[in-house]
Amino acid sequence: MPIVLYRVDERLIHGQVVIGWGHQLRPGRFVLVDDDLSRSAWEQELYRLGAAGSNMEFVSVDEARDRIDEWRSAPERTILLTRDLGAMRRLAAGGLLAGEKVNLGGIHHGPDRTEVLSYLHVTRSDRDDLRALREEGVEVSAQDLPDAPRVGLDSLLKEGERPSE
Amino acid sequence: MSEPLPVRGVIVAHGPMALAMVEAVRTIAGDRADALHPLSNNGKGPAQLVRDLDEAMGEGPVVVFVDLRAGSCGMAALSSCRDRSRRVVVCGVNLPMLLDFVFHLDLPLDDLVARVVEKGRAAIDRPIPAR
Repeated sequence: MPIVLYRVDERLIHGQVVIGWGHQLRPGRFVLVDDDLSRSAWEQELYRLGAAGSNMEFVSVDEARDRIDEWRSAPERTILLTRDLGAMRRLAAGGLLAGEKVNLGGIHHGPDRTEVLSYLHVTRSDRDDLRALREEGVEVSAQDLPDAPRVGLDSLLKEGERPSE
Repeated sequence: MSEPLPVRGVIVAHGPMALAMVEAVRTIAGDRADALHPLSNNGKGPAQLVRDLDEAMGEGPVVVFVDLRAGSCGMAALSSCRDRSRRVVVCGVNLPMLLDFVFHLDLPLDDLVARVVEKGRAAIDRPIPAR
């Protein structure tokens, strides 16, 4: 089965992903792509405790690039998650995700972030990553839950723009 | 010798649920609800939620009641209470367990937690059988 969802969400595993998207997509596996998390045994343990019973893999971006074809052709339906746009951009480099859809699920407010949607706050660097994903042939949109409105990249890039940017 | 700090409860839950649960406890048990602190995950990233939870928990013994274990609230609670023997996480919070909690704050922490988990489980029932 294919990877049924590529998602950027700083919370990685949480209710919207496990319950909201999980109920609709019925994943057999979650792949969490994050360099720091892939090296942190205790943080992996937290995710395993939190989502006990779920099949989870923790990999770096480089390992994900090496294994993405394996997940695409495996029998399990996979949800692939990154914590930030930079990691998804690196994963997509060289056209690896060309033709795929990437879902933006949640990046909360913080320093130097502007609100694009109530659940999406981006920096200038994030905007560069979004444009780079599009140039790699990826279709990017924001949608926190399956039954929520889907917002395309053009609208996202317009929203929250400041005259100084 | 100083008095031991009393057990406190923190409810961390999605949207307005935590505040609503504290208000429900207050409706039934009055000022005993003051032992409970509500915390919402609304609009918070993981780091902010952990910071707010750490602040709410303070230094004394605390039970962190969580609505959904596999949610951001559950992950924050597990992160904050990891390796802290006087911080206990209880997932699947319901009103009966909170009521029992506020009436038994004098119990030792482990006994109190065992009791409220049992009360919470026992309250889930189907009193009228299927026909």
